[in-house]
Parts: sequence; structure tokens; C-alpha cells
Amino acid sequence: MLDIRGLSKSFGGVKAIHDVTFDFPDGSLTAVIGPNGAGKSTFFNLITGALTPDAGEILLNGVDLAGRSPPEIVRQGIGRAFQVASIFRSLTVQETLLAAVGADQRRGGVLHRRFPLAETRDRAEYVMELLGLANKRHRTAAMLSHGDQKLLDIALALVLDPKVLLLDEPTAGMGPEERWRMIDKVRELWDRQKITVVFIEHDMDIVFKIAPLIVVLCYGRILATGTPDEIRNNGVVIDAYLGTEHGAAP
Amino acid sequence: MTELQAARAADSLSAPRLEAGSKRLRYLDLLVALAAFAVLALLPLVSDSKALLDFVIRCSAYGLFATSLNLLVGYTGMISFGHGMFFGLGAYGYGLIMQRIGVPIPLAFLATLAITAVVATIIGAICVRLKEIYFAFVTLAFQMLIHSTILSWSSFTGGDQGLRGGIPRPPFLGIDLSNHVHLYLASCVLLVLGLLAMRQIAASPFGYTLRMIRDNPMRASFIGIDVWRAKLTVFVLAALFASTGGMVMALFVSGAYPEFAYWTISGEGIFINMLGGVATFLGPMVGTVLLLILNDTVTRFTEYHGIVLGVVILFFAIGLRKGLMDFVVEWYTQRRDRASGQG
Repeated sequence: MLDIRGLSKSFGGVKAIHDVTFDFPDGSLTAVIGPNGAGKSTFFNLITGALTPDAGEILLNGVDLAGRSPPEIVRQGIGRAFQVASIFRSLTVQETLLAAVGADQRRGGVLHRRFPLAETRDRAEYVMELLGLANKRHRTAAMLSHGDQKLLDIALALVLDPKVLLLDEPTAGMGPEERWRMIDKVRELWDRQKITVVFIEHDMDIVFKIAPLIVVLCYGRILATGTPDEIRNNGVVIDAYLGTEHGAAP
Repeated sequence: MTELQAARAADSLSAPRLEAGSKRLRYLDLLVALAAFAVLALLPLVSDSKALLDFVIRCSAYGLFATSLNLLVGYTGMISFGHGMFFGLGAYGYGLIMQRIGVPIPLAFLATLAITAVVATIIGAICVRLKEIYFAFVTLAFQMLIHSTILSWSSFTGGDQGLRGGIPRPPFLGIDLSNHVHLYLASCVLLVLGLLAMRQIAASPFGYTLRMIRDNPMRASFIGIDVWRAKLTVFVLAALFASTGGMVMALFVSGAYPEFAYWTISGEGIFINMLGGVATFLGPMVGTVLLLILNDTVTRFTEYHGIVLGVVILFFAIGLRKGLMDFVVEWYTQRRDRASGQG
């Protein structure tokens, strides 16, 4: 279970995240939504160690990860994909995943053997198959389409076998068709992997369709939490974010 | 157990084929190295040109230095303007040990490498935290510090005159490095072994960790790589090979001079890499041969050799936009892909 307790972060006088407390149950699929500047990406940056919190705890199965470095947090079991696909442009899809598994197995510093290590193959192979990248294994990451680069970014997080997977706008920059294909993949990997998935998303149709649990952030605070129906009918959320298009009619 | 965990469990049972492929490549490298050494070793038998052997010795010294620089520049994306300090450190370390203590040559080699490792660890621990241009200039600052120390500590280093009086070359294990052919063969051995070791580093899992850091250090840290540690490790390893190049140079000229630790040595290293290419393992070695040929021939015909070399740099930087080996490999790959597409 990922428990966030009283998490706060300020930049100068701006409270980007203020006293956020929330529990993400094991195996849950949660969407984090909110207007631009609500603190969604900052929230992810704090959980993954890209930023150090001013206060609060980030407990993964009881272990406090607040203030630890990204590599330490990854090793504890929190993986992350980014809003803009963060990949290794000169490596092929296969090399990327084999090297990532090697790093996860703490074999990234091995000097006396040749890359790739045999013991890294099956995990890389499995994730390539899972995300539909197997037939593009020899393509250099820079030459992939935008959608495939986003998939590779997710694959990079997933291949580390995380307990919690954070996806920062997995459909950002995609066309409508590609968007739904991506979200089906997210849903499928959540079903198959039985891991905790938290994702940031702006498309409310997607959020309401696939997320059983929704957290609404606004000005760094949690405005509301609940099921899609609860959020859709929440007057405060409608006023602050959803408007009448996605909120239930009054 | 998730499917991914099942795949993890299966990892240990799988893929002897993958391992076999890696082994084949390693044997291929070994075969190429042996063939290259055989050709070099036969050279004194087919040619009695002392100048040719001298040329190969200089290629060994600069080739080790430039290839080691490429571990930083090409593989890790760390552009060091101060890598020449380790070339100078190797030459001075070895020369001083031999002149003042007079131990057997292999022991002096190992002691110099140990000194280089300590110095590189201290300097690297400070520098590798810095990014891009800051890293480049702080390494340059350290190089100038070492160069200034060599100049000002004249009672120990000989100051601007360098280590005079020659460096002793006592015979060991039947090898007499005061014999020109022995020195030539020893340089070739060090070159081939050094290149093999660096090739192994580049082709190892660590080599791919370096590539990931070069492409995207932030992402590398998010898959659990300790970026600082990996950068420091390659910084120290590269320093050891540069130091070996410096030792070969000190053996060749039987001395060590402040120019060996001056910033121009680092500049030449970067120029060699631009000339030969950074994306191909042998690019810096090809660049070394080209630069030395250019230097030797151009200086024979004109005193304005600097202008000629400048034009050559511009040709590669603006014309080809890559080093010669990178250009050739890319051209060959495109041609092969086109041919297979038509087939």
C-alpha cells in the first residue's frame, strides 16, 4: 500500500502541494485529475524523489521514502513514466529493456561480461510482448512513432517489476484513436500485472471510463476523492474543474 | 505471482543462445586483436625504417589516450577538456618513479596506475557532479592546476625543462626497452591490450549503462542507476588508459615534459575524436593515425600547418558533420539496408 501523509512542497511562496494525505490501496487503479497548475506532476515528482518534500511521509508498505534519491525509490518498487516520453534515443527497443533489467538486477556495472546478459532476456521479452513492442525490437528509440515512444517509456518503468506504477499523462500528444489504444494497454497491464497504478489524465472520458478511483487536486490540495459517479456529481469539482460538460447536470 | 515475476523467475533458466552470441563477439574481438598484433609485430621484419616504428609507437601513445577520451565523450557524453592531465600524470609518474626509486619497469607501471587512480578518483568525485560545460571547464581547471604544479615545483619535476637526463630502462624478463624493436613491440602490446580492454568496457553491461547516461541521465536514475557512481567509474577507468598512453610516450622520448600535461594535449584528443568519429569504437584510433600523418606531412611542407589543420577540422565538423569512421560506417549501413530492401 502507498500511503501519503501530510505531504507538502512550496516553491518560494507558492504552495505547490499542501498537506496532501491519501492511501492508494494495493492493486488499485487511480486517476489524479485537476486543472493546470494543480500540482499533479509535482505530486509525482515528490513520490519518485525528483523533488524533496518540505514535510510529510511517503510510505510504501510502511517504509518512508520521503527525501530518498530516485534510484533508491525505484529499488523500493515505484516505477514512473513521464508526460514527455523519456527514453534512450540511441538504443533500440530491445537494448533499452535489456539494459533496464540489467540495472534492476544490479548488473549495470558488470565489466567482465558482454551485453546483453542472458538472465535479462525473459523479462525484457515479456514486457515487449505485453506492450506490443516485440515487432519493433530492433528499431532505435528515436525512430519510433510518438505513441510507441510513450509505450517504451511505460515499458521502461514496467520492466523493473514495480509495486506501484505512476503514469504522467500516458496519452499526452496522441490522436483520438491512438489515445484509446494506449488507455486499453494501461487497463490491460493493470489487469494482468495486479500492481497499483496511478495515472494523471486530462481527458475526462478516459478517466471516467477506466478509473475506479479518482483524486482531484486543485491548488496543491485534495479537492475531492471518490468513484467516477461521486466525482461527476460533486458540485465543488464541477465548479473548480469539470464544468457542466463532464459533470452531472444539476 | 504476477506474470512479470514469472518471467523474472524464468530469466535464470533461459537463453544460453544469447550468452553464446556474446561469447562469439568476444572471440571475434580477440581474433582481430591477435591479427592486428601479428601485422604490427611483422613490421620490423619487412621494413627497416626506424621512422615507421617511431610512428607506430606515437600512434600507440596517442591512440590509447584518444580512445580513453572517447569512453567519456562518445560513450558517456562527458566532454572533458582536461583529460590530458592524466596523460601527463602517466608520463611524469612513471618517469619520476624510475629516476628516483629505480624499481623494475612493470612495478613502476603499476605504481603509476595506482597514483593515477587515486588522483582521478579525487578529481572525478568533484567533476562528475557537474553537467556539460561546467564539467568541461572544471576538468580544464584541474589540468591547468597540474600543469602549473609541474612548472612551479621545479626541484621535483624539472620545471619548464621537464625530466632531464633520460629515464632508466632496466631490462626485465628478457625484455630490454632500450632496444628500439623491443620498445616498439612493448608499445604494440600495450596498445592492443588497452584497446581490447576498452572494447570490453564498451561492449559490457556497464558500457550500455554509460550509453543510457549519455542519452538521458535523468531517466537513467529513474531506472535505478547510480549516475554519479557510474560516471566516476568511467572517469577513473579512462584516466588509467590515458596514463598508460603517457607512460608509452615517456618511454619513447625517455623523458617527461610540461607539454604532456598542457591543455593542448586535451585539445588534440578532442580533435582526434572529431577526426576519427566518436560513434565507432575504432574511430579515435583512425583519428590518431590521420592526425599524426597530417602533422608529420604538413609540417614538412609549410610552417602554417595550424591553418591546414584548422581547414581539416572545419571540413569534418561542417562538411561531414561527423568523424571519418562514423561517416564510413553510416554510409555502409545505408547502402546495405538499401540493398536488402531491394532484395
